[in-house]
Amino acid sequence: MAKTAVQEFTKGLWAEIPPFRLVLGLCPVLAVTKTVENGIGMGVATTFVLICSNILISLLRNVIPKKVRIACFIVVIATFVTVVELVMQAFAYPLFLKLGIFIPLIVVNCIVLGRAEAFAAKNGVVASFADGLGMGVGFTLSLTALAIVREVLGNGTFYDIPVFGPSFEPFSFMVQAPGAFVCLGLMLCIMNMLGKK
Amino acid sequence: MPDYILLIVACIFVNNILLMQYLGNCPFLGVSKKMETAVGMAMAVIFVLVLAGAITWIVDIYLLKAFGLEYLRTLSFILVIASLVQFVEMFLRKSIPGLYAGLGIFLPLITTNCAVMGVCLINIMEEYSFTQALVASFSYAVGFGLALVLFAGVRERIILARVPKPLQDTSIGLVTAGMLSLAFFAFKGMV
Repeated sequence: MAKTAVQEFTKGLWAEIPPFRLVLGLCPVLAVTKTVENGIGMGVATTFVLICSNILISLLRNVIPKKVRIACFIVVIATFVTVVELVMQAFAYPLFLKLGIFIPLIVVNCIVLGRAEAFAAKNGVVASFADGLGMGVGFTLSLTALAIVREVLGNGTFYDIPVFGPSFEPFSFMVQAPGAFVCLGLMLCIMNMLGKK
Repeated sequence: MPDYILLIVACIFVNNILLMQYLGNCPFLGVSKKMETAVGMAMAVIFVLVLAGAITWIVDIYLLKAFGLEYLRTLSFILVIASLVQFVEMFLRKSIPGLYAGLGIFLPLITTNCAVMGVCLINIMEEYSFTQALVASFSYAVGFGLALVLFAGVRERIILARVPKPLQDTSIGLVTAGMLSLAFFAFKGMV
């Protein structure tokens, strides 16, 4: 059991790393990766929702009737998103303002619902926890990677600390909408070049 | 009246939901490989988004705000959208089977389309009046459809081109979307 849990965890890190391999949940990936801080914040929030909803759905999987399962999953997920929303309002208000509409939109993030349907509804609690954690960490890593590229090139800063000298001309294309698409596309290309495990 | 024209232009072009606000990207990349499916999806989104925009506005003002339950907004909106989609599906299957067959699988998929939920939330955040919310929902949906159909047209051409192997499929799709987004950037100074 312990070994499989580790496997479930590690598959989220490379073999099925969410936004790249599964191409799900792209909206937050594109929208919040202007700065590293936003990227990590969004990643952590999503990870929390993923883990909690995976555990709860896995516990309830024998109770939920098959026909209304999607509706039940959505209610569970929406509850945890509301929790995240309230906690962030209380303890990380500036970040909450920056992420804005994308916090409530975790509800419709396809990754969360996708893992609930594809994994937590069929597997035990420990495995579901590991799966949620792995997917969440993978998601956070991808967000951070994309955010690093975009912030360093687009603003010349890393976590708001300037990395280049004052003569650096920011590559502002990267922090705008078109840059997000192109940058993610090129990163996907690099992932493909490195090969599918 | 000029206000509404401004709102329509702003929602369709300047703040295009797909290319400028990054909402609804999963179906954008998922269903844009063929023109037919793209048109089907665009129609389904326009249909559902206008209804969802109207209903969530009413729910927010007369239920949530009236009773001080704003913290339940996320939960209630997603429930409204999910049940609305289910209801529309049943209604269409009974009474307009032609349209139902046309929309096919895209209708249930709309539940997890963040464009729908996103526009409903934007309507509330911008504090639109009911008519404004209705017009904005419709315009956003038209903008979604426009971008999706344009993109599908480009993507049908890409199939014929020789794309380097690692760039194929989603990767080149994203780069193309970036170019399209750059084109929509030109509208930025308009409003």
